Amino acid sequence: MRYAMAVDTKKCVGCSDCVVACQTENGVPIGYCRDWVVEVMDGTYPQLEIELRSERCNHCGNAPCVRCCPTGASHIAEGGIVLVKPNKCIGCGACIASCPYDARYPHPKGYVDKCTFCIHRVREGMKPACVAVCPTKCMYFGDLDDPNSDVSVILKKRKAKTLIPEAGTQPQLYFLI
Amino acid sequence: MNEELIISGRDNLMVDPHLHIWHWPIPLYLFLGGLAAGVLFFAALLYIMGKEDAYRTAVRRIPFIAPVALILGLAALFFDLRHKAYFWQLYLAIRLESPMSWGAWTLLVITTASVIWCALHIREFFPGWDWKYKWLIDLEAFFNKYKKVLAWVILIYAVITGIYTGILLSAFNARPLWNTSVLGPLFLASGLSAGAAAIVLGSKDKKERLLFTRIDLIILGAELFLIVHMFMGFLASTQVQIEAAELFLGGPYTMVFWIFVVVLGIIVPGILDLMELRGKHIPALIPGVLVLMGSFAFRFIFVFAGQVSRWLY
Repeated sequence: MRYAMAVDTKKCVGCSDCVVACQTENGVPIGYCRDWVVEVMDGTYPQLEIELRSERCNHCGNAPCVRCCPTGASHIAEGGIVLVKPNKCIGCGACIASCPYDARYPHPKGYVDKCTFCIHRVREGMKPACVAVCPTKCMYFGDLDDPNSDVSVILKKRKAKTLIPEAGTQPQLYFLI
Repeated sequence: MNEELIISGRDNLMVDPHLHIWHWPIPLYLFLGGLAAGVLFFAALLYIMGKEDAYRTAVRRIPFIAPVALILGLAALFFDLRHKAYFWQLYLAIRLESPMSWGAWTLLVITTASVIWCALHIREFFPGWDWKYKWLIDLEAFFNKYKKVLAWVILIYAVITGIYTGILLSAFNARPLWNTSVLGPLFLASGLSAGAAAIVLGSKDKKERLLFTRIDLIILGAELFLIVHMFMGFLASTQVQIEAAELFLGGPYTMVFWIFVVVLGIIVPGILDLMELRGKHIPALIPGVLVLMGSFAFRFIFVFAGQVSRWLY
């Protein structure tokens, strides 16, 4: 099992619903976010091109945050999801410094917090909150090892890229281009 | 034009607008740990070489800096943790992949060993010292018997302590400025030069001061070479590392780095050391303090600048 997510940069309108849905679903403390939307503007007027990306933890196959964690609080759970055990985390910040995507933050309670791919929903057969709520249905989630999952099907049909693969992280968040 | 914006407004504390998760306690610890490693390295090395009587200050007196520096450093590290009540989790795991994990164990060994080393030499400062309890007297006799083994443990762990802080930073490939294998030797050299400077500052013996002035000069030369080597490596590497080097080559850290670390921390004390060796009388205070300040500034600048350097996508 290998959970992954794909985001369609052509369908995303940058409404940030995914961000609010995540904050509500996961009780993210006010002023923080586990996902965010990036807008990339390219070109010179009138030849302009916009790419919109809903970004979050890449649940890397070769996760630097898990590698550098001194206590094993950062770990790889079922389906390759990268999680933090709050009662093992000492709040040293090594994982935050090690993430090239800046996807982690120190929770006001002291431990480090991040996107969980909404594992509590996925275990019950639901989609992550950001995917479920997207008004343009631009996000796909599922198991890459299952050829019939939403994410496998869309990745077969469309061209996709990942962010900074040259950092050697093997990111599992795909962007359809 | 190419412009990237986070339009959903990400403002995570200590992460945005650029990473600032490690504040002053971390570079302070890196300096104190390097200094302790430096003084312990020389004390253990001279003892193993049988030069204890020729270089009394370096072997018997200066090591008293080490446990103080290490305990202050550990306190700074603890202060920096955000989930303090769980710090003991560090000592429930040994994770070889994580430099911070084996670094924590290294600190446990070197701090204990340095306290024992100082206890064996406590009569340097309190000539009439009496341990009072029999088990403490027995313990002292035990460590005196195996002092050479203790010296070897200190020597090896001093090198590990000096080098691991650099490896800790260089293991983060997310921060291009830190992601260079030169950082380990560079931090070790900086710690050893701080240790040699502390001995020059603390010693009243002319022969001892001259030896450590010479050692300091050699290490400062090595440091300068490693710094040039590091920037050559960055400039010959990928775009993100070129940008990391540019923080120091015209960017915001140019002045502080080249003036406080390279000129005042390496070149000026190096010239003063050379003049001292050529027979001119230089007050030991000047090069010693400059080297310590340079070593201190180096770690602050590197920890802060490293957090600014990043992959842009």
